[in-house]
Amino acid sequence: MRAWIEKQRYIIDFTISSLLRRKVKNFGLLALYTLIVFILASTMFFTYSIKKEASLILKDAPEIVVQKIVAGRHDLFPASYIETIKKIRGVAAVESRLWGYYYDSLVSANYTLLTPPSNGSPTHNVKSSAKTTVVESESGDQQAVDMAKPLFELNGAVLEPETLIIGNGIARLRNIGKGDYMPFLAFDGKVINLKIAGVLSSQSELVSSDLMLITEDDYRKLFGIDKGYVTDLTVAVSNPSEVAMVASKIKKRLPQARPIIRDEILRTYDSIFNWRGGMMIVIFSAAVLAFVIFAWDKASGLSAGERREIGILKAVGWETSDVIQMKFWEGAVVSLTAFFTGVILAYIHVFFTGPMVFEPALKGWSNLYPNFELTPFVNIEQLTTLFFLTVVPYTVATIVPIWKAATIDPDSAMRFTGE
Amino acid sequence: MILHPTVIANLLAAYIASGMVLYAVFYGVQILKSWDIQNGHELQLVLERKTYLISTLLSYVFGLQLLSLFLYIFTADNLTPLFVGAMCAAGTLNVGSFGYPTLVLKIVNFIVAGLWLVLNVADNQGYDYPLIKKKYLLLAFVAPFIIMETVLESAYFMSMEADVITSCCGSLFSSERVTGIGSEMASLPALTMMWIFYSVMVCTLICGIVFYFKGIGGYLYAALSLLMFVISLISIVSFISLYIYELPTHHCPFCIIMEEYHYLGYLLYILLFGAVVSGLGVGALSPFRQVESLQAMLGGFIGKLALASVILYAVFTALVTYKIVFSNLIM
Repeated sequence: MRAWIEKQRYIIDFTISSLLRRKVKNFGLLALYTLIVFILASTMFFTYSIKKEASLILKDAPEIVVQKIVAGRHDLFPASYIETIKKIRGVAAVESRLWGYYYDSLVSANYTLLTPPSNGSPTHNVKSSAKTTVVESESGDQQAVDMAKPLFELNGAVLEPETLIIGNGIARLRNIGKGDYMPFLAFDGKVINLKIAGVLSSQSELVSSDLMLITEDDYRKLFGIDKGYVTDLTVAVSNPSEVAMVASKIKKRLPQARPIIRDEILRTYDSIFNWRGGMMIVIFSAAVLAFVIFAWDKASGLSAGERREIGILKAVGWETSDVIQMKFWEGAVVSLTAFFTGVILAYIHVFFTGPMVFEPALKGWSNLYPNFELTPFVNIEQLTTLFFLTVVPYTVATIVPIWKAATIDPDSAMRFTGE
Repeated sequence: MILHPTVIANLLAAYIASGMVLYAVFYGVQILKSWDIQNGHELQLVLERKTYLISTLLSYVFGLQLLSLFLYIFTADNLTPLFVGAMCAAGTLNVGSFGYPTLVLKIVNFIVAGLWLVLNVADNQGYDYPLIKKKYLLLAFVAPFIIMETVLESAYFMSMEADVITSCCGSLFSSERVTGIGSEMASLPALTMMWIFYSVMVCTLICGIVFYFKGIGGYLYAALSLLMFVISLISIVSFISLYIYELPTHHCPFCIIMEEYHYLGYLLYILLFGAVVSGLGVGALSPFRQVESLQAMLGGFIGKLALASVILYAVFTALVTYKIVFSNLIM
């Protein structure tokens, strides 16, 4: 065993010094390799940490959200239905919500308007909806409020009639702040001026960037929604194993209702980000393929010097398998250097500089981007996947050229040097 | 299909492994047909060179096979949130009918590929390639299984559909979907299984040591190590996992490779796989001890294999015993 390790050590020693003798050629390969790893790693780090972020936020969402569907479209929810749902056994609490989108043509951005729950303390657990999907979310699940830290802080602002509280993204976009007035075009064409009572803290920007908190009366005045209707309901269920049953009962009693379970929201988010990340990787696979061809070419195009080197090695007694081993270590040194450099660079890129290159493609499309810092999140799974997507193709592409190089006859290798 | 980066990595690994095996088999068949060490013909020289390529290729396939076995379980575990009723890898593998067959094939292929490498090492020690035909016959035998594994794995991943929000959610949770078996796998009674595990393990270790010193009972040891492998897998489901999770109802053999359990499963499974491959290697090589060109070397090599296998099984047992003794779970 010891002898074997010693032998490998000498081979690695030899390999590294031989790599360093051909700096320029190897540097080109290394740079390209690092770039490929960097791109794929950035994509993966970004999607995974966004996924993580989403699942952390949704952890405290209410168990069930109930919408009303008319002709396959989301419709306003009659407040009278609330009693029907409250009567279902297992339901701990039912809360109605009023929220919607308002398009501001001035800055071409969509705002999310929400009325904070009536019994809500200033630090109530409310989240804006992401604009990408049908996924909407929650308000006053009392349990969740107790357990979770609030998703956004009102910074001491108090919501009164004719005022509103805006998210950080809106404040930045319109360059406004506390005390300013904001005009809205109501459903009947009248202009409503609302005073800004405060700005939400920036820590929760991922969820509250485009959020506006508004009183119920103002909300109904703005959109012309009758007192008898709300946007949707949230249902809290005490026993997690009863959630599906309660949802199916809601569906049974109110055939028009569309109950959405929290797990489904989580699954959908997961799928969306998986899909986006996978899509990027499929696109980049063309680049990986190009790189593999490049690596193949590099490995098979031995220079006359390299041929002579192998010839001499074999003449002094190296076996074919020794040469293959040497080439294996060469590949390993190049691969590991490129892999770790690429991963470290991607880590810096995604978590410290803000993922400049990939953000638009992976985050969605909107004029009102939240500014947020991703929490670094890297696990073995990502690294293994990355390894499989980069190092494995490289290694495989070089096997046949390596074998070809290793089986050169010493005499022919030394005879046609041409150097 | 779920376009998850890890799924793509899995499929890529499977296709690469299949491609390499196909390539190797192509030359393997040529070797089977025209190998003649006495002949100085050009074809023979080419084939002799090709053997280097094939053994390099297959050692890569072997490594890839080991990595992809773990990656596969890892992927299954990571896709769990996408499926109704799945709680860990056990549930995800139950999505579609190809999950478990693929896993079984992966394990079998890993062991057979390992045996091939053992044969290869032995063969390279003789000057006249005494085992070459047998080696390539084995390769021709393994190849269809590896291809089949790739086909099944593709079918498994391609047929996956995440249970996402549909335009009418009501249909999803009320439907009569057969949910995954979750983490509560069928398992044998823990105490009985513990007796069986320890007694068979003692027999195996004794047999291995006897073989190492006296050189008798090679086939018995190979058979016992295969039996021990199966018993160990069952034991993991039956009682080892209970002590690791410290939960008398959680029998999942997959969760132990997760971060929460310090990736302990990787160590356990690697020890087991290493032990069974070297143990079976003893049996596979024993018939060739009389081959002239191998006589001098083979005895030592087989002894080393047996020793390695015994040590791996012993370490496995020690680790398991340690976990059981120091677990907070008392049964």
